[in-house]
Amino acid sequence: MDMTLVLYVGAAGLILIGIGGIVLSRHLVRIIFSIALLESGANLLLLISSYRDGTAAPIMLAQGFPASMADPVPQALVLTAIVIGVGILALALVLALRVQAAYGTLDIRQMRERMEQDIAEEAGIPMLTSSQAPLPVSPDNGDKS
Amino acid sequence: MRRFTAALFLIGLAVLIAGIYQQMSFYGASVNLGQAINSMAPNQVGSANLVTSVVLAYRGLDTLVELSILFTAATAAGMLLHRRKPATKTDPDGGFVLRAGSDLFFPLLVVVGIYIILHGHLTPGGGFQGGVILACAFFVPLLARPGQQLDQRWISLLEGLAGAAFILIGLLAMIDGAAFLTPLLGKGELGSLFSAGSLPVLYTAVGLKVGAELAGLLAHLSAQDALD
Amino acid sequence: MAWFALIIVIVMLASALAVLLLKDFLSALAAFSVVSLALSVLFVLLRAPDVAMTEAAIGAGLSSLLFALALRKLGLWRSAKDAA
Repeated sequence: MDMTLVLYVGAAGLILIGIGGIVLSRHLVRIIFSIALLESGANLLLLISSYRDGTAAPIMLAQGFPASMADPVPQALVLTAIVIGVGILALALVLALRVQAAYGTLDIRQMRERMEQDIAEEAGIPMLTSSQAPLPVSPDNGDKS
Repeated sequence: MRRFTAALFLIGLAVLIAGIYQQMSFYGASVNLGQAINSMAPNQVGSANLVTSVVLAYRGLDTLVELSILFTAATAAGMLLHRRKPATKTDPDGGFVLRAGSDLFFPLLVVVGIYIILHGHLTPGGGFQGGVILACAFFVPLLARPGQQLDQRWISLLEGLAGAAFILIGLLAMIDGAAFLTPLLGKGELGSLFSAGSLPVLYTAVGLKVGAELAGLLAHLSAQDALD
Repeated sequence: MAWFALIIVIVMLASALAVLLLKDFLSALAAFSVVSLALSVLFVLLRAPDVAMTEAAIGAGLSSLLFALALRKLGLWRSAKDAA
């Protein structure tokens, strides 16, 4: 069992769960969780490319540098990526705070309905509906994944 | 029906990612760059931690761009939050254990953070990790005393000065005609604290900037009104 | 070493699924911290101690703290037992 294959499955699984969460979630905070998971999966995938079997960390030990060291360039890039991820997370959470203050809800379907109502009011036309439009969201649905 | 299409979508995505694994070879041409850096970096840059030499010396411009991204995100978040009005309700004060514990934690976290920043070129660590620890060090006392606020003017001043110091050190290297952000001050002896030229100074600037930024963001976020 | 990595990967994927499937946001936050912790252990196994330290400090520390603060300000900080 190759360690690279195991870790690749882990990274692919995280990316899959992240994208699945973004596409299929209805609550905004769960979408933000999924974005963070997707970033973690991508960082792990990038770091797998720096590993060779039988190498050591690229840091000098007491007796000098190890004979064969892992690749330091992807490690430096992943370092940068993790810090950028936390910056994105901070901005996303603050935006979620303001969205709740503006629309009163964090469910994306109700948000979309209220946005369309606001747009229709601003333009002075009745809200566009069609006979094939989905039924309005009932308030007891809670939040599903 | 929705569950079925969701499962179909995820299965298709899994097939795509498995296909990428078949095509992508992880041991390709980029190995040569890593091995070249591993063999040349100790003599050229003189830092014991090769990742630090890549972050600050070989790819220093990427670090500068990352600092500006972090600055943009924190500033945008700060602009979107409300100002705190003094008459709003606050959370209740923490008990004695929380206050005493946070007061004891504060000097420990500051020392650990500064240690990690200063030894970034010798051991795993550096400006980003130490900066995050410093930000948490200045935020933990706010958790115990929710009415208190950090002085945002000093934080902005520190952040601006540290960012400007990073760029200035980079520009200083251009005076002699070298490229932007070339390491200055000579190499020093490998493994001692005063080695690797201007790399510890750059990492100190990075650590102070990241720490001040994140502490200001956390303090601003925790001063908002809770919804219940 | 591959077996150890396999166990940590299984824990990580199970916690990532728990982040999506748990109704209560406080528990989802705890599962997210477990994902970050498992990820930093995997980074150590990949011979990247610098990155592991960054992920432990930022993922399990600052990221979870940001989520906790935001959940408090959004009013989602109740566990399911308190609402009853």
